[in-house]
Amino acid sequence: MTTPTRDPTVDPWAKLRRATPARIGLGHAGPGQPTGALLAFQAAHAAARDAVLTRPDFEGLTQRLAALGPVRRIASQAADRATYLKRPDLGRCLSDASAADLAGEATGADLLILVGDGLSGAAIERQALPVLTALIPRLPGWRLAPLLLAEGARVALGDAAAAILDPTLVLMLIGERPGLSSPDSLGAYLTWRPRPGTVDAARNCISNIHGAGLTPEAAAQRLAWLLSEARVRKLTGVGLKDGAPLLTAPDGSP
Amino acid sequence: MGYHATVAGTVYRFDDLKMLLARATPFRSGDALAGVAASSAAERVAAQMALADLPLRQFLDEAVVPYEADAVTRLILDSHDAAAFAPVAGLTVGGFRDWLLRDATDGAVLAALAPGLLPEMAAAVSKIMRAQDLILIAAKIEVVTRFRNTIGLRGRFSTRLQPNHPTDDPAGIAASLLDGLANGAGDAVIGINPVSDTLDRVGQILRLVDDVRQRYAIPTQSCVLAHVTTQMAALEAGAPLDLMFQSIAGTEAANSAFGIDLALLAEARAAALSLGRGTVGDNVMYFETGQGSALSSGTHHGCDQQTIEARAYGVARAFKPLLVNSVVGFIGPEYLYDGKQIIRAGLEDHFCAKLLGLPMGCDVCYTNHAEADQDDMDMLLTLLVNAGCTFVMGVPGADDVMLNYQSTSFHDALYIRALTGKPPAPEFEDWLIRMGVFDRADRRATALLPPGLALLAQ
Repeated sequence: MTTPTRDPTVDPWAKLRRATPARIGLGHAGPGQPTGALLAFQAAHAAARDAVLTRPDFEGLTQRLAALGPVRRIASQAADRATYLKRPDLGRCLSDASAADLAGEATGADLLILVGDGLSGAAIERQALPVLTALIPRLPGWRLAPLLLAEGARVALGDAAAAILDPTLVLMLIGERPGLSSPDSLGAYLTWRPRPGTVDAARNCISNIHGAGLTPEAAAQRLAWLLSEARVRKLTGVGLKDGAPLLTAPDGSP
Repeated sequence: MGYHATVAGTVYRFDDLKMLLARATPFRSGDALAGVAASSAAERVAAQMALADLPLRQFLDEAVVPYEADAVTRLILDSHDAAAFAPVAGLTVGGFRDWLLRDATDGAVLAALAPGLLPEMAAAVSKIMRAQDLILIAAKIEVVTRFRNTIGLRGRFSTRLQPNHPTDDPAGIAASLLDGLANGAGDAVIGINPVSDTLDRVGQILRLVDDVRQRYAIPTQSCVLAHVTTQMAALEAGAPLDLMFQSIAGTEAANSAFGIDLALLAEARAAALSLGRGTVGDNVMYFETGQGSALSSGTHHGCDQQTIEARAYGVARAFKPLLVNSVVGFIGPEYLYDGKQIIRAGLEDHFCAKLLGLPMGCDVCYTNHAEADQDDMDMLLTLLVNAGCTFVMGVPGADDVMLNYQSTSFHDALYIRALTGKPPAPEFEDWLIRMGVFDRADRRATALLPPGLALLAQ
């Protein structure tokens, strides 16, 4: 087994590694990868798999999010994780019980916020509370619907909830497809008066919210701007992109 | 017109050819999602039996997507070569499988047949084949294409170097590019997926790669996988564009969802040809495809995803590409759920495209929400290279840090070269040996950084 050394006088890759997060200069064991590189990859894949398959602690999240306001639990029609992964259509529909529960809620808020597990439970466990803690104080005077914590959620589950609660705007914070370097990345989707069948082009999305990406504070700042603009211009989607302030994450990525 | 077959005393009926093909398809999640999969294993095998008895000629009379409604169907039927079809015109789908497996049906016979086959015929026969049939028959076929080197020669195997970076940072792209070259990757193409699909960005990356290529006289070609219209604009603005890339699909409406039509592809090809940058040939197009892309945009016309995928090859072959690959495991588990489904689909895609005369490679890959892992990729890679697969991807450590999925690594290509003794394209092989990257045709030299590339590391 050969292991790449990090000494730049010995290892010509040391300088190049700083230019990219890609797994370059791994060294070789025969034609293959050295054991260290092999196991580092397996560890990253394991974290991503666990993020997809592990159910987040919904009970604990409910308690923590309750500090921000009333919280309701809802679920989609995807009854288990395997069904969720195979049937995106079911993840966009409310379970019968959740639809009945929501029918008893008040309608017509300015903003409905949902937190959905999506493809990474780790993302909502780690990022949802910091994003909302930074966001809600930036929305003085907004009438907020109770926050919905959603299990088995696709982005468009918010459309189904909106069909019952009739809010002006819907914000879905949802776990993104995990990458090897970002198993806990959160996405935020904003939609003006969505209904089932609303197309993706009608939404605004901020993605890559996690430790090494966009910080919760920066995400909240951008979301607050988008929400205010959406309310003034009465739309979201392609037409709202123009003029959004460009924010820079600590690592320089947009 | 309907079809039927009896299994264990039960009669199974299929309303039309489209339904018969869908029910006969080995199970995959995307067909279940579309509601076209067989409802039982017995129904599936009944459909396979009915399909085996179907005369191949039926495909000329019954389109799975209507001729009037779809430009891809019109392209496929209007360009059908009846003379080339003649040797198999009297066969059923089952008889066609037997004919393909015969020793006498060699590479020359199959090359002559290709223009006589409709994509749906290739899809149909693949549905009644086992993995070994898909491998053995594809391995007979040699499809050779050329731009600055010679791709697809029998006994050789190429790689696309894919040095993506999460912010398109030039230094980051260059670092991965160097790592790939130092591992012998990149004879198929040096192809970058940009984060930002803009004219300036495409031009910037094309110039970066072209500078390296020229400085080191690398006999290969480059490509930035932006939308075809962005690449055409970059070309107009003077960017050094070798290959024109586009994702394509098997229906007019699915291509429309990609923002393209057949006329636009023809225009893009003419633009790339006009530059005359190829030195040993003029195959200027690079296409990617993948099962499930039509269903994901609701443009599948009630067909199964593998039949629609084969129709994408009908689009590709009209434009004489240098390279085609399916991105088999990228689309996600709602279309191909696990390693077994991804492996089967990868073999089907390669077989069907080769049978239709295309220089077919494969992005052997998976996402983190699919039930798949590195072992599944090792299996698919090993099977495909034995099937004569033209090329696979080369990504640093198999981890694409921009697209967030896992493909094949530079090391994976070195593994399969060591196992099979297959070197890269001859011009590129010579260059690698000259630069001290390989010490013989199929083996990487042991230096930490090849002497010929040391300067690039500065």
